[in-house]
Parts: sequence; structure tokens; C-alpha cells
Amino acid sequence: MSDTLLALSGVHTHIGRYHILHGVDLVAPQGRTTMLLGRNGAGKTTTLRTIMGLWRASQGSIHFDGAAIEGLATPDIAQAGIAYVPETMAIFSDLTVRENLVLAARGGPPDEKRLEWIFGFFPALRKFWLSRAGTLSGGQKQMLSIARAIVEERKLILIDEPTKGLSPAIVVALIDCLKEIKRAGATVLLVEQNFRVAQEVGDLVCVMESGRVVHHGAMADLAADEMLQRRLLGLSLDSHQ
Amino acid sequence: MTAIDAGTALPRQKTDFWPILLPLAMAAIAWPFIGAFSTWLTLTLAGLAMGMMIFAMASGLTLVFGLMDVLNFGHGAFISVGAYLAMVAFTPLAAFTQADSLSINLLALVPAMLLAMATSAAVGYVFERLLVRPVYGQHLKQILITMGGLIVAEQTLYALFGPQIIPLSLPTALRGSLEFGGAAVEKYRLLAVVVGLIVFLCLQFMLNRTKIGLLIRAGVENKEMVEALGYRIRRLFIGVFMAGSALAGLGGMMWALYREQVHASMGGEMMVLTFIVIIIGGLGSVGGCFIGSALVALLVNYAGFLVPKIALVSNILLMVAVLLWRPRGLYPLSSR
Ligand SMILES: Nc1ncnc2c1ncn2[C@@H]1O[C@H](COP(=O)(O)OP(=O)(O)O)[C@@H](O)[C@H]1O
Ligand SMILES: [Mg+2]
Repeated sequence: MSDTLLALSGVHTHIGRYHILHGVDLVAPQGRTTMLLGRNGAGKTTTLRTIMGLWRASQGSIHFDGAAIEGLATPDIAQAGIAYVPETMAIFSDLTVRENLVLAARGGPPDEKRLEWIFGFFPALRKFWLSRAGTLSGGQKQMLSIARAIVEERKLILIDEPTKGLSPAIVVALIDCLKEIKRAGATVLLVEQNFRVAQEVGDLVCVMESGRVVHHGAMADLAADEMLQRRLLGLSLDSHQ
Repeated sequence: MTAIDAGTALPRQKTDFWPILLPLAMAAIAWPFIGAFSTWLTLTLAGLAMGMMIFAMASGLTLVFGLMDVLNFGHGAFISVGAYLAMVAFTPLAAFTQADSLSINLLALVPAMLLAMATSAAVGYVFERLLVRPVYGQHLKQILITMGGLIVAEQTLYALFGPQIIPLSLPTALRGSLEFGGAAVEKYRLLAVVVGLIVFLCLQFMLNRTKIGLLIRAGVENKEMVEALGYRIRRLFIGVFMAGSALAGLGGMMWALYREQVHASMGGEMMVLTFIVIIIGGLGSVGGCFIGSALVALLVNYAGFLVPKIALVSNILLMVAVLLWRPRGLYPLSSR
């Protein structure tokens, strides 16, 4: 068993007067890709936002790299070494591709070698380096959003449904990228509705339902057990395969 | 490795130049109505000078709104503070302002400007901490409390300097006008245009070429993501608030010298114009604010000459016309 980098225990989150997370327990081991699966509305996005401090946990604890982070402000959580690729991508459309990455690289100008590495799987970013990010296609925006998270080394990368709404060809490119990030040794917590993607890149899996984690284990075990998939994730999965 | 979606054609990257043409078009259309070139030139320069001063006053307001959604109806306080600083600074520097030499006059004017900016920035800091910070995200309360702040600031200025209108005279070398193709061109208006352009260029440089500027533009679009990248937006915001206050102070000082008088309600009186300007420009857009300022001020001057009766409502009509064409202003921000 590898070291635990991130651990949530008994996390509750309220949004306004709605009680959304009902005691989430979740661990993300060092150097592995942990999948966070579950039906729409299960609370996956809320979980990631709570880790980032964008929603505040009303109860429970979040430990990252040996320290409690549930009380920290978002910028401090980011500086502790967590990168976030939100469901909405949240690229800065008024800024160029270059400027988006300049901001993402807190420590100084983006490292040339690392950029070359990123251009290796996202050549579009090199091509549109000086274009306004708002003019990019949906797939290219997703690439930029992921590139922002990896332009500097981070301990943990949270990615929320990167393949949503993208064409199959781009999904293939994203899978390559996710594998490459994994090969580089990063720890990833990845929310994904596309089971094929989950199967290809996930080491471990947590399944959420109604604001709780209802299953966790090895991705390979879930992939092999169709009954379990059906019970946990529902029939809606078939449409993604 | 899949090189998918490298794209075949570069995405369209048009600069939106239509708004830039508006002030030019307005000046061109006004010319035949006004007739004499010399009159037209005088009015145009007066418009541009006024526009640059309004721009200095309004640019901070638009960024403050864009970045933190803060409606600051107290922004006029900084304008008034700047106006009084002209008087405060000029009194001990009288020997410099009365010398008949431009360079010696500037030796008084430039420190006075810096003092006005520094003081307004300091007042801005207090204003932000005391009044704005407690009401983040609550528009109605913001309007009420910042209006209250404006009243307190005005009354404080009255208490300090008296309620009367204080006359202010321009430094000697900036009085009068130059001859330009038969037209009289007031020297101070030229200076105002130069200062306004410098402010605009500095702002553009800062917003487009520095990391702080990138952060501001990014924050205007999505402040949550700026924080998720590890930057403290509050710190950025207070910096922007103070810089905006400083520019308002500079604009207020320039305006007081232009009117050759100082009184505490000057700032409050300019608030309507500054709000019209930032709405026309598109809330949060410095470029839009610049064009909006030029448009509004040119129109005031042309209309005041051609049809004085509508001069007062001309700005409202202009705003309506612009919003009918572009409902969110000349340069709407992508995220709003
Ligand atoms: N801003 C919000 N206000 C109120 N309810 C919300 C908000 N965001 C999400 N929810 C609710 O929280 C639940 C979980 O949402 P979310 O975390 O986005 O689910 P998932 O990402 O798994 O699809 C849903 O029932 C959703 O309606
Ligand atoms: Mg979601």
C-alpha cells in the first residue's frame, strides 16, 4: 500500500441551505490515479470543490500531504500543491494561451522543457500559443485547462469530467495525456462519466451516491464485475461505451 | 501519441474596431454642422481634454466593478480629495506656479499630482477596509454604504476647508491658448490630453504586459479560478481599489484646475458621468471606458454648442443608443 496523499474523512458540505455531502470518506494514494465515479448529482463536483476550499466543509477533515487543509483558503490550498481542472474548464478566454499558462506557473515563466512535454500531447496549444483562449474549440480549451494544471509540478491534480462533450477523437488524445501525466508520477483524482476512460487510466476507484462514497477498491475489479457496475453506476453507462 | 485537434485553420482573431471608430465618426459628423474649422477644433480639443479627465476618474471604477462586482457610489470622494489637494499643494508652491516658465510650473504640478494620487490612494485604502469589505457580494448594501461614505467624505472636506467654492488659478504658463491654423487651442487642454493618454498607455501596458495586469484581467473574468491557481484575489483587489482611487484623485485635481475652482461636491457631481461612461464602455473594460469617455465628452461639447437645450440629456441618449446596439456596452466582458 502506497502512502496516502489526500484523505477525506466524514466530510459534510452545505451549499446555502442544501446539505449536499453527507460524510464523504475518500483516499488518494501517492502516485496513483484515483477515479471518482457516480451518477449525475451524486456530489463529485462538490467533493472536488470542497477539497479546493471553494465550498467549505461544515464537518469532517481533509488531510493533504500530512496537514489538515479543510480550514484553509483556496489560494493556500493551491499553494500547498493542488491543481484543479474544473468541470467548466474556467480558462481565461480574454487572455492568450500563453498568458493562461504564464498565470498558472506561479513560480516564474513556464519551464521550456515542460512546455515541450505538454506540446507533445497537446500540439494545438503550441499552434495557438498567441491566440485568445476564447477562440479555441471545446477540446482545445479542455487541453489548455489541463495544461494549466501541469505546467508546473503539483503534488495532486483534481480533474472534473475532462471528456464531457468532446468528440471521440479528442477523448483518445486526452487518454494519452492522462496516461502521460501518470507516467510522470503525478497523483490524480479524476472525475469521469466515461467508463472507458476510467478503465484505461484508473488505478483505484471510488463510487459516490447521494453525497457519500458507497464503494471503493481497485479499478480493475470494478471493470471486471459488470453486475457491480450496473448496481453502482446504473444503465446509463452503456451509452458511454 | 495522437496529434488530434491541432486544428487546421487558425481561429478568427479579429480585433473589434467598430467602437474605436465611434469618436472619430462623431467628430467627423459634427464638423459640417459646426461649420468653421477653428470652432470645431476648439470644441474637439475641449471634448478630448474633458474625456481624458473623465477617463482618469472612471477607469478605476470600472476595474473595481469588474474584479469584485463592487458598486462604489463613493468613488466621487476620491475625485473631491484630489481637487482639494490641488489647492493644498499649490499654496506653498505659489512661487513655482506663478513663475512664467512651463518647466518651473511643472515642478509644482507634477509633485501636486503625485501628492493627490498618494492621498486619494490612502483614502481609498481606508474606504475599502472600512466600508467596502464588510459588504462584499451585497449590492444594495454597497450602494447605501458607499453613498454614505461619499457624504461623510464631502462633509469632512467642508469641515476642513469651509463650505465656500474656492477659486484656483492655473499655473501661469498653462493659461491662455496657442494658435493652430486660426483656431485657439487652450494650453491646459493640451496638457490634459497628454496626461490622459499617458494614464491610458500606462494602464494598457500594466494590464497587458505585466503579471499583475494579467491577474486583474483573469480575475475580472473568473476570480474563483484565479484563487484556485493560488493567488489571493483580495490582495489584488485592494491594490486595484487603491490604484483606481489614485487615478480618480488625479482626475479630480485635473478637473479642479480645468474649472479653476474647488468644492467638495465636485466628485459627487461627476459620478453620473463616470457611471454613464463605464456602462457605455462595458463594465470592467478599460479600453471601453477610454472610448466611452471620449464619446461622452465630445458629445457634451458639440451638443452644448449646437443645441444647448439637449446638452444635458445628450449623454443619456448616447447611452441608450449604445446599449441598443450593444446591450452590455462597447466591449462586454466574455464572462458576464
Ligand atoms: N450551487 C449549488 N446550489 C445548490 N445545489 C447545488 C449546487 N451545486 C450542486 N448542487 C446540488 O448538489 C448535488 C451534487 O452536485 P454535484 O456535486 O455537481 O454532482 P456531480 O458532479 O456528481 O454531478 C446535486 O443535487 C446538485 O443539484
Ligand atoms: Mg459534476
